[in-house]
Amino acid sequence: MMSPLATEELGKRFRRGWALRECTLTVPEQAIVGLAGPNGAGKSTLLELAVGMLAATEGSLSVLGRDPRRDPAALADVGYVPQGAPLYRSFSVAETLELARRTNARWDRELAHELLASLDSSRRVSALSAGERARLSLALAFGKRPALLLLDEPFAQLDPLAGRDFLRLLMDGVSETGSTVVIASHVVADIERVCDHIVLLSEGRVRLEGNVEELLASHLLLTGARRPLGTIRGVEEIVRERHSGRQSTLLVRTRGGVVDPTWSVDGIELEELLLAYMAPERLPRPVAPEPGRLRWHG
Amino acid sequence: MIEFHLDGRSGVATYVQIVQQVKEALRLGVLDVGDQLPTVREVVADLAINPNTVAKAYRELEREGLVVARQGRGTFIAGTLGTPSLEHHDALRRELERWLDEAERAGLDEESIRALISSTLREAYRRVA
Repeated sequence: MMSPLATEELGKRFRRGWALRECTLTVPEQAIVGLAGPNGAGKSTLLELAVGMLAATEGSLSVLGRDPRRDPAALADVGYVPQGAPLYRSFSVAETLELARRTNARWDRELAHELLASLDSSRRVSALSAGERARLSLALAFGKRPALLLLDEPFAQLDPLAGRDFLRLLMDGVSETGSTVVIASHVVADIERVCDHIVLLSEGRVRLEGNVEELLASHLLLTGARRPLGTIRGVEEIVRERHSGRQSTLLVRTRGGVVDPTWSVDGIELEELLLAYMAPERLPRPVAPEPGRLRWHG
Repeated sequence: MIEFHLDGRSGVATYVQIVQQVKEALRLGVLDVGDQLPTVREVVADLAINPNTVAKAYRELEREGLVVARQGRGTFIAGTLGTPSLEHHDALRRELERWLDEAERAGLDEESIRALISSTLREAYRRVA
């Protein structure tokens, strides 16, 4: 099966330095991918490389099996909504849809209209609310029935209610088109409800990548009395350790769980897991990726 | 038609919550053989969740013989869970009430009782969840 988006040692250098470095990842087909990480982590750069707006400095990238710079035809199957969802402000909703129909080789008018629902097509884009503009951008992106849909910080200008509406609409569209989706967002809470795959970027590097369920199942929080840390049975790696007074809290990676009565064992939420992998003390340790389905970086 | 709801803080995977809610509706007699489940699209447009999650829940229910998917028409209830357990509910509830009285006599307040029950449930069903 061909991955909708795969990169190999991908890097992009601007004059101010590397925005993305040694980025190797494989997005599974029909996944909803959360591209997480703080501002400036390289999320937008990765998406701009994927749509061929930028040329890679090193490494390679394949979008639906093709190189988007050499073979721009691949982009007919890619939907891309950049940050701020730019639209022609003086156009009406109907004119915006007409432009999309004329500029896309494939155009599903019915789906686009269905997703726009009650939006009055005579209104000017400039008169729409942020939530309505987001809805219009998404309807345009789905209208081409993209195999791969890339969204850059779609929640940035939306209040929580509009954000939830947007997510509903996005999932509604996905259930119609079966698109693979990559959502870049620096707010994990905005995407954790839907994403089943995570790519965590920080300072231009992939810190963690994998299936969300598997990641949550393979990480545990251990709380217990502070003591010298030897090996703990079942623990493959201590991702983060915190000590306060007489207590220690460890975030560990495990295969098959930890059975040790001297530690109290709890699961971990996605947001906390990502924060732990973003921690600055984890940054300077370059470790070769492990083989297998999950890759751990840094 | 059944409507699903989600508890984001429960720590229970979303697809498991959907499976549990269908089973609960079957046990309570809210759903019966032949009833239709909402389509994947209806569920995701309602709950704003990943369609793969709904599909996974429905596959799991199908694997357990509780629903059948009919091409192009939807997913329908094909099995029941209701009768064998329902008849025991009253007796079990009375036993539970006796246990609650006992716990109160032992000096536990509502909060400690809830904590004890939920930690026991977590322990007992850790392998299942």
